Amino acid sequence: MYLPKLEQFHKYKEMDEGVLGIFDTPEAIMHAAEKTKEKDYIGFDCILPYPVHGIDEAMGTPRSGLPWITFFAGIFGCTIGILFQYLTHAHDWPLNISGKSLNAWFAYVPIIFELTVFSAGIYTVAALCFLSGIPKATRRILHPDLTSHKFGLWIPKSAKGYNESDVVSFVKSLGGSEVTVVKPENQK
Amino acid sequence: MSLTQAVRDKLDIPDLVTGGKSLKDVTVDIAKPNEDFPTKLWWNTFLLVLTITLIDVAIIGYLFYEGLYLLGINNPVGWGFFVVNFVFWIGIGHAGTLISAVLYLFRQGWRTGINRAAEAMTIFAVLVAASNLILHVGRPWLGFWLFPYPNERGPLWVNFRSPLIWDTFAVSTYLSISMVFWYLGLIPDLATLRDRATETWRKNLYNILAFGWVGSARAWSHLEIVSMILAALSTPLVLSVHTIVSFDFAVSILPGWHTTIFPPYFVAGAIFSGFAMVVTLMVIAREVFNLKNYITMKHLDNMNKIMMVTGLIVGLAYGTEFFIAWYSGNEYEGFAFWNRAFGPYGWAYFIMISCNVLSPQVFWFRKLRYNIPVMFVASLVVNVGMWFERFVIMMTLNRDFLPSSWAMYTPTLFDYAMLIGTFGIFFTLFLLWCRIMPVIAIAEVKTVMPQKEGAHH
Repeated sequence: MYLPKLEQFHKYKEMDEGVLGIFDTPEAIMHAAEKTKEKDYIGFDCILPYPVHGIDEAMGTPRSGLPWITFFAGIFGCTIGILFQYLTHAHDWPLNISGKSLNAWFAYVPIIFELTVFSAGIYTVAALCFLSGIPKATRRILHPDLTSHKFGLWIPKSAKGYNESDVVSFVKSLGGSEVTVVKPENQK
Repeated sequence: MSLTQAVRDKLDIPDLVTGGKSLKDVTVDIAKPNEDFPTKLWWNTFLLVLTITLIDVAIIGYLFYEGLYLLGINNPVGWGFFVVNFVFWIGIGHAGTLISAVLYLFRQGWRTGINRAAEAMTIFAVLVAASNLILHVGRPWLGFWLFPYPNERGPLWVNFRSPLIWDTFAVSTYLSISMVFWYLGLIPDLATLRDRATETWRKNLYNILAFGWVGSARAWSHLEIVSMILAALSTPLVLSVHTIVSFDFAVSILPGWHTTIFPPYFVAGAIFSGFAMVVTLMVIAREVFNLKNYITMKHLDNMNKIMMVTGLIVGLAYGTEFFIAWYSGNEYEGFAFWNRAFGPYGWAYFIMISCNVLSPQVFWFRKLRYNIPVMFVASLVVNVGMWFERFVIMMTLNRDFLPSSWAMYTPTLFDYAMLIGTFGIFFTLFLLWCRIMPVIAIAEVKTVMPQKEGAHH
């Protein structure tokens, strides 16, 4: 049976201290991600201007678990839709209209559907915001080109076996065109 | 050359981004209209539509100070231009969701060039539609009564079996899901604009709008899944919204309205008019913002084909309605349709037929599908026709069961002002949006460019 795993809800980690390597092509970043995974720098990340397909496998991050949130939020919205209409029409304010059943549930379907979709959509997006660490207005921007045409490899200080000079030479060996050591104090 | 590119060349599949652009060029080209000072053309158009909007707001104020008697509505035609406008605008909105959601699910790469503008069109069209829905109740300040909430009037709840309440739920769900879908897609692009900004005020503005997006692969992986989920949720939603709008008519017992064909017929009409509006806007946008490499003739060709197909579906629906009215042997149903075509509003019926059924037939010819002036005129004509379709449906009310209660509906100046005003509001919002946010999804366009090849495993 397919069950949600905790690692599917991988969270964005702040980029305060570590090493940033900049790459020029999607191929280079794919290659770099694979090598970094082999090196076992746990918690590393790639910064991409657009979703490069296949990067998840290269980095070893599991598929997002957000569909589970959608599923349960949808069931929640559906239940609310049924209960709300039933309780208001059959209990709190029953009206006898041409002797029809108080629980004429066929007429409830449009609103049940809308509430299901609404709840599934909104809760999923809320979960996405939580996992992606947005909104946050005061966030450090490592390099302006990373949202346009460059690709970044980020190895945080918290990674296992992190050693600044080793990591710098490792990123350089991967072909990073620009390698910078990021420290909290040189934050702009 | 990658294998995919070789196959594309062999099969003569045109590139979705032409002009040999690099990733950087894409960013620069699309961000340009947001970064430059607006042109004179933009200012003139904006001031014109803003004036229309302000006049409209003043007229709405006066209308509600005086009362709805200023409008042409009467008994039996209790639903005037407000509901015509409501159905028209909500239909316009549907193409945006269709492009962003349905084409996403079908992996149509060409949607990336047009989806952003189409989604924005959806939001503004639905806002305009919702305002008409609120205004048509006559006392808009009591519009919140449409929502179920615990109140002080005893155990008084809204009637969940009423199509008006279904509308409320459908439109508000549609608006919120569309807005969320649109904004999520915008976040990475706003981050691009933030990182390119040189002035402080601009940087601060986009910093707030971009929510602090950095483009982490972990966040992208969630965002991609959520886009897919929202697309999957919006697809039935878009069908449900117009189905429910059609229920406003179809669950009544009025001949000509009480038909099961209404939901699919309305949905097809919505897609038809929405695509026409997208073509109108895209033809202008690619010209004004110099985006011909991103909104290519292929994009327009595809949209024209969709317009033609939906036009045929709508034509089939008109025919089916007539056939069933005759075949059912129901005298009242038969009269309703005879009255539509040959009654006092027959002229509107024939405008509808010629605009909606005949005019899209020009798109059978490849040469005309690739002809900008032809498609521009055709898209405008289709929009006029689709407005008249809703008008014709509404005018079914003027002759119902009892000849003693028949009456004509004559729109007053206020009705026309409201109609023009809806266009004013829509274009004001759209023009403002074009200045602040990218008209093309920067990140999404990059995923369909040849450069992304090699990223595949």
